[in-house]
Order: sequence, then structure tokens, then C-alpha cells
Amino acid sequence: MRATEFSSSIPSRPVYAGLRPHGALPALMLAEGAGGEALAELAGADPSVMRRAHLFWIPAGAGPGLAARLRALGPAGYVEGPDYAALRPRFVRALADAHMGTRLYLAGDEGLIGQAMADALAAGMPLEAIDAEHRGGIARRMQCVHCKGITENVTTDPFTCAHCGLNLFVRDHYSRRIGAFQGVCVDAETPGQVPEPQEIKP
Amino acid sequence: MTSLMLRVAAAESLTPLVKRFRFEHPQGAALPLFSGGAHVVVEMPDGEVLRRNAYSLISDPQDGSGYEIAVRREDGGRGGSRFMHGRVQPGDQLRISLPLNLFALDLRARKHVLIAGGIGITPFVAQVRQLLRMQLPFELHYAARSRAEAAGLKLLPDVPQIHVHISDEGDHLDLGGILSGQPLGTHVYTCGPEGLITAVAEAGARLGWPKTVLHSEVFQAPPPGRPFAVVLARSGRTIEVGAHQSLLEALEAAGVEIDWSCRGGACGRCETQVLSCHGRIEHHDHWLSEDDRSSQSRIMPCVSRFRGETLIIDR
Repeated sequence: MRATEFSSSIPSRPVYAGLRPHGALPALMLAEGAGGEALAELAGADPSVMRRAHLFWIPAGAGPGLAARLRALGPAGYVEGPDYAALRPRFVRALADAHMGTRLYLAGDEGLIGQAMADALAAGMPLEAIDAEHRGGIARRMQCVHCKGITENVTTDPFTCAHCGLNLFVRDHYSRRIGAFQGVCVDAETPGQVPEPQEIKP
Repeated sequence: MTSLMLRVAAAESLTPLVKRFRFEHPQGAALPLFSGGAHVVVEMPDGEVLRRNAYSLISDPQDGSGYEIAVRREDGGRGGSRFMHGRVQPGDQLRISLPLNLFALDLRARKHVLIAGGIGITPFVAQVRQLLRMQLPFELHYAARSRAEAAGLKLLPDVPQIHVHISDEGDHLDLGGILSGQPLGTHVYTCGPEGLITAVAEAGARLGWPKTVLHSEVFQAPPPGRPFAVVLARSGRTIEVGAHQSLLEALEAAGVEIDWSCRGGACGRCETQVLSCHGRIEHHDHWLSEDDRSSQSRIMPCVSRFRGETLIIDR
């Protein structure tokens, strides 16, 4: 499965340039599901990226074969967890211990990339030290601008806020700090008149 | 350019080559505050020539009672520092621009590493005061040839964050050591000779530091060169630029209105479009992009020169 190509949009819509090897620098790697393939390809392009890399792996439906392949790439550290929430304490700890010159490689869907990138930036990692590649579904992580609640895995526009129940329009406006897109009430002036939900496109 | 006539309140030698000057408002009014790394441009009326040199402020950014600068005498220079050393006395009045900061601390950083070579210590003297006041983590590495020449020793507080490296005593800057093991979110600031700035950039690249967190400032005087002529498209006039004059100074001497700020090729204010160029522009600035340089479509008159047949600029 290839990296997802998004159509062009407003400047705040993130663009994931793909993983590019930066040699044997210290590295943190985090991949989920189809993102594991991106890491395998990265190591294929330059095996030395694994020498000082700590790999965090979320299988998310990917078979045990992929996990075995990732381990066989020989990362300096390897941790597996069921989802980002479960791995997050260890990932944040690894960020706190990291030094300048450490690279971060992220591969997976936008929700994972967004949350991990927000944690990395909050830990002081420079944006330029982060490589990200979008693999997997195009569901969005949305923040309601009204109640500030996060709704995960949004695939339609508009959608219903999982916290306050408002009907929200899916904007391309993205917050790097929160790691989520912005959802704005779609029927504020005409309550109840909600456009037919459409599937979100890349 | 907004400026103030200020009175020289004190002039004191810090080392045989470096003198400190303090400027105050003639009526004792408070001066605008600034941020660490800011500089002022001092105007020096030297006979026919009006010299303008930029100097980093070394006084406390939160103290509006005066501005202080440290000037190193460059005997082989164009004359500005010799004027300051030889002619300026307490009680004199000089025109000083309001402070401008092209080398500010990036306050998003988690930690600040300051690296100074020689007289490049000056912007850091004010930054250290700001960092101490804000209680931000930092370290300063100050390299100088000898203690006698290290003017910064008399300007810096005695705090453990400051590390002095005197090469005559065998203590050289170990840039690899300084840049290794710094926590995430560290920014590096370098001021000093071009060679030091290049060395920090190379050590940073080797250790995987992104360029965006490596800041630097070189205060360069306009380099001398061969005299050349420039055609001004708007008036059709041709002006001559002398060997020890900059194009900006020649434009000013010819009465051409031109905006400027740092006069050292860093701020971009005097950027000028080149309409025709038969020859080679000697770019000395830190402002133009590689494309602008190689296409010879723009020039920074404050520091850059020209060699060749004709140069027509949009002035």
C-alpha cells in the first residue's frame, strides 16, 4: 500500500512528505498498522537507520508477519502496544530522554501522526527533525471548537460531536499543537438543517 | 530611521583594543527598552564623511537610563572604530538609532546555548541578563585568545552557566562536545568570526541538528574592493563607488533616498533590484537566497560590490 496523496488545500492542512533516511542518527520510530510497511521500506533504503532506533509498534490489525519483519530489521529497542494511548507514557518518556540530533519517524494514519507529533513538539523536538508518512485510512481526528472535545476516526462531513452532540462541519484547518482538525457547528443559524453527510476525501 | 541625539556619559577602556561607551539622554529622559541581541547604529560625522556603524547593546535590556556598547578598534578597518576610540569623549553628542533586534532569543526554545568568539561576546552580554532575569536554562561558551584581550570578562556576571575558553591557556572550544547531549528543544546562537559560525553549522549538521535552531550573527563591515560605477535607472545618473566605500554609502552621498537598518547584510531593508548586469556581483550579504544571488537579479548595497562592464539598479 502506497503513501496517501492528499489534494491541495489551505496552508494549515498538513502534508506528509514521507520517510527519508537520515543515516545512523539516534531515532525514535512510531508506526501503526499499514505504517509498518513504510518503516520496512525506510530500513530497506538505508539499513543503518535502525542501528540507534527505538521502535514503537502498534499492530492495529496488521498480521504478526509484519511485527516479525520489523523486529528482524534490528532496531536498538522495540516496544509493542495495542494503541497510542497505551504506548504514550513510554513514548513521552523516550522523548524526555532524547537529545538534540534525534530523528523521529512517524508512519500511520493522521490521528496517530498528529498526536505523536504534538507530543514530540511539546517535548521540544524541532519540527524539522520529524519525518512522517501517511499510510492507512483517511479518517480524521477532530476537535469541536465549541466544547473542545476530540472525536476520533471521523469519516464523514458533517458529523456529530461525540461530546456535545452538535453537528460539525469538517474543516481542513489543522492544529499542530492539538494534533486535530477543526470542527465547526454547521447548523448554528438554521438549527436542524444539516447537509447530507458525505464521505471525507483525501 | 528613527534616531535620538544622545550624550556620551562615559568612555572606558576594557582592554587595550576594546572601549565601552555609555550614552544617555541629554535631558535624562528614559530610553526605549530593548531585548537581548539588539543593536543600534551610531552616526559618526567624520569631516566630509558620515560613517554609520552598528553595535550590539551590552547594557541591561530592562534599563532605560542609558545604552552601552563595546567597540573594538580595527586599525585596518574603514575608520569607524578608530573614530570612536580616538575622537569620541564624554560630553559629546552622537546620533544613535533606536534599538533593533535581528538576533533575538527564540523564546520557544527549552534551553539556549550561546557561543561567542572574541568581540562576538557583545550581543550575549545583554542576552545573559535577559536569560537570568527570565530564569531560563542556558549556557554560554566564550572563546578568546588571551585574558588580556577578553573584554567580555569585565562585562559578564560570575555565574556557573558561563564557560570561558582561553586558547593561550590551551582551552579551546570543543563544539562537538558542546552540541552533544543537549536536551530536545535546545537552540544555539553563535556570534563571532565567520569561521566560528561555519564550524558550529558543520558540527550541528554532523550531529543531526536542524538548521532552524542554529542562529548566528556576523557584524561585518562593508568589505573594501575595487572602485566601480553603477547606473541608477530612475534618474539615469551614473555614480562611482570608491574602494573603501559601500554602494549604500555612495547612494547616500549622491542624495538617493534609500531605506536601511543593519548596514551589515543581514536585515534586508536596502535590498535593491538589479535591472541589468554585465559582470559579476560580489555578494557579501546573509540575506539573499541562492537563486537571487546566482541570477544576479538583486543586490544588497550595504555590503555587496560589483566587478565588470555595467550594473543598472532600480534606484
